[in-house]
This record gives sequence, structure tokens and C-alpha cells, in this order.
Amino acid sequence: MNIPSDLKYTKDHEWVRVENGDIAYVGITDFAQSELGDIVYVDVDTVGEELNQHDVFGTVEAVKTTSDLFMPVSGKVLEMNEAISEDGGDDPTLINSDPYGEGWIVKIQMTNPGELSELLDAGAYQALVS
Amino acid sequence: MKNTPLTEKHIALGAKMAEFAGYNMPISYTGIREEHQCVRTGVGVFDVSHMGEFIAKGKEALDLVQKVTSNDASRLNIGDAQYSCLPNHNGGIVDDLLVYRLPEDKCAEGEQAFMLVVNAANIEKDWNWINRENTFDARLTDISEETGLLAVQGPKATDALQSLTDLDLKNMKYYTFGKGTFAGAENVLISATGYTGSGGFEIYARNEDIVKIWDAIFEAGKDYGIQPIGLGARDTLRLEMGYALYGNDIDDTTSPLEAGLGWITKLKKGDFNSSDIFKKQKEEGLKRRLVGFFMDERRVPRHDYPILNESGESIGKVTSGTHAPSLDKPIGMGYVKTEFAKPGTKILIEFGRKQLPATVTKLPFYKPE
Repeated sequence: MNIPSDLKYTKDHEWVRVENGDIAYVGITDFAQSELGDIVYVDVDTVGEELNQHDVFGTVEAVKTTSDLFMPVSGKVLEMNEAISEDGGDDPTLINSDPYGEGWIVKIQMTNPGELSELLDAGAYQALVS
Repeated sequence: MKNTPLTEKHIALGAKMAEFAGYNMPISYTGIREEHQCVRTGVGVFDVSHMGEFIAKGKEALDLVQKVTSNDASRLNIGDAQYSCLPNHNGGIVDDLLVYRLPEDKCAEGEQAFMLVVNAANIEKDWNWINRENTFDARLTDISEETGLLAVQGPKATDALQSLTDLDLKNMKYYTFGKGTFAGAENVLISATGYTGSGGFEIYARNEDIVKIWDAIFEAGKDYGIQPIGLGARDTLRLEMGYALYGNDIDDTTSPLEAGLGWITKLKKGDFNSSDIFKKQKEEGLKRRLVGFFMDERRVPRHDYPILNESGESIGKVTSGTHAPSLDKPIGMGYVKTEFAKPGTKILIEFGRKQLPATVTKLPFYKPE
């Protein structure tokens, strides 16, 4: 199970990577993609919206199941990853093949970066999923 | 949780396992889409040993089967199988099942024998039900615990299996079966049946022979790209064909006529459980129908999502939904009021706070070559 040490994690299996200042990328973990199986569609209908921590920002459709996506921290959804979007590359399997890289889901502008300290580090997340 | 004779094999193969009907079963091995494609274009093997098998034997075994099932078992010759259902007394369905008319070599003079193959989740319920209904000269035996079942499905199934048996698989007609030696195991029943729409066979054998048979099938099928297939792909394959799944699309409250199973509800065969109710439904018309629909968008409908008409009024519920791997789009089935059941009708599916358009379509969703 791949759990990079430089990311923060939620109990709902999202990860956050802080890029610079208040900008961050959000995706789902290797564990999550493996549990979901073949991902066929990602619906993010909150681009441009300001959301609170734990709000639903989108939905992942796998063949067998549907899973909501939750904001790990409060912020504005700036964009959805074009490579996985229906209107862009339309290749949601990138989340299966590269969940922490090419398969990132949204870029956000954090409105309360202090919330990052509530999230799990790699060690704590590892303990959660093992 | 119970194991099948193959549970350890599945775990060793790296399968994602989950509890299903009290058994520890493989959900997928390499991924549902890949396994689905393997069955549609090649050949795949499912361990479905969790399913239940009952034997009904006796001078009035046919009378019992005729009373408890909706299809006409009197049409079965020895070596024939039939899809059927067990109606309850209120016009609903206790279970759906396969009925096999068995050879009579172990029967006394004047006796007939049938094998009833039922869903794993319903074994106890069905057993109690059929016994309660058995007022005939018929003896029932539950052989579920000692019987294993493999489904070998796909267009290359015949080629992959023929070297393992003297039975002529190529000329075995759909919904017939033979008994013989298979991979060195004796008294194996092989039927040209399945739940995928891609052709193939189902192989019933004693538990102690199942591992040997599984290994022999993979050895013989090597050149045909044979793969193990989990319950995840079993669901996508059956749903593309519009086959009902008990507990989702049919249950104790749904009539076989509403479910599109009129073709296995033989009202002319004589009285059987709920036949009066079904006759009345047929005369008066059905209030709701099980239909298939394509989503006009990409979200995938799931069990219990509400179905609405174009004005947003509730007209039914989704019973099954998935992303269809062969079509690469979402499909679903559900009950709607009869006036919305015509192919081409526009409906809405409610996804939480969103209502997304869908179109009623004829079944099957997909026709394998």
C-alpha cells in the first residue's frame, strides 16, 4: 500500500498536498482506489464554490459502487483535473493507476489552512487502513 | 462465515474477498472490467459453490415441482433444464431457480427425479418452503453442503473444456445437460446453462472433486486465456443481459409477470402456487413493470434510487444498476408504473439532490456475439 510521507490524509481516504501558500491538491488514496476498483466517472459540480471542511465536493463512480468525495479542509474549488474530467481527457482510470500523481482530483484554495493540523499524517493513516 | 472448497485458492490468487450469503466469496481478481471482458470474448471460471441444490424424488416428484414452480416442468425430458421461480401464496416470489430433470437410474419403478438449484441466500427459506408444500409422494434431500458448482462461461468454453470429458459439449443444446466423467471425477453433471449471456457450462460435482476439477480446467484452458472471475463481474454480465437478481429485481413482493418473467409463468399448465393471482393480474393488467433504462449521462444508478417522471413525480425505484463494461455506459433496471414502461420513455433518476435523465429501453442491454 503506497502512502507517501509528504501528504496529509483524512479518515474518508482523501489526501491533500499543499503546493504553495494556500493552494493545495486533493485526491483519494491508493487504499481507496483499490477498494473502489475500476473507476469509470468522476463528477465534480462544485468548481468555483467555497466549501466547508467535510462538505461533499464530488462523486466517484466505480463499476460496483458510488462514493462521495469530501473536502479535507475548507476552501474554494479552483479546478478539476482536466485529465480525468468528462470535458477533458476523460480518463478516470488515472485515479486507479496513479492516485497521488496524474490522478489528483481537484485543486483548491484553502480558506483555513490551520485545519491541516487536524488531518492524519502518513503513519496515522497507515495505522487506519492496516 | 462458510468457505467453499476453493476459498483458499481464491485467497492465494489474490482475490478481493467478501461475505456473500454467509460464504467467503471472491468479488474480483484482476478487476471487474478485465474479468467481464474475459468472459465476453474468451472464457472465465466462476466458483458458485455457495448455491443450493435439492433433489426431489418419488412417484409424485413432478406434482410437487409443478405445484411449487411457475414454469411447466412436465415439458422436461430427462436431460433437460429449465429456468423457473417459486411463487409464494401472495403473488410474490420466494426464489428463482433452475429445475433439472435427472436420469432415473437410481429411481424405483414409476419414480421421477429432479434437481432444484436455488440462490445461496435462500437455501434455508426455500428448503422450509418446499417441504411445507410437499403433500406428495416425494422425498426431498438437501445436497447443498456436499455439492460444488463451477460456471465456465464465454465463447471459448467448449474448446477449453472438451478435452476433459467424453460428453459431447459442442452438441449439447442450450438448457440441456449430461452426466459423466469430467477431469477424472465421476458422476459430474454438466449443463449448457449460465448467468452471463455469453454461453458456456455449469459443472456440478462433489466437494471433494472440486479442487481437482478447478485445477484441470485451468490447465486445459491455458491456451484459451482462461481466467478466474469474481462475483463483481457476474453481476455486470447478468445485468447487461437484463437477467433478474433475486433480492434486487425480484423478491417476496414482486410478481413474476411484473418482472418480465411471463415466459416462465405457464398459466395453462394447471393450478400452482399463486396461479389464480397471476391469472387475475393478466386479465386486469399490471400496475407496474420491471424495465431497463440507459442513463443519458454518466452517473451510475444504484439499488433503491427513486425513479421519477419528467414532472418529478415518483413512479418507481431502481432495483439494479451498474456501469456496463461492454457498452461503457451506465445501465439500470427498476419498477415503473406501467404507463412509463414503453421503450423510449423519458424518465428521471434521483441521485441525492440531482435528478438526471434516463431513457427506458428494451432488454437485453447488450447482445453478445
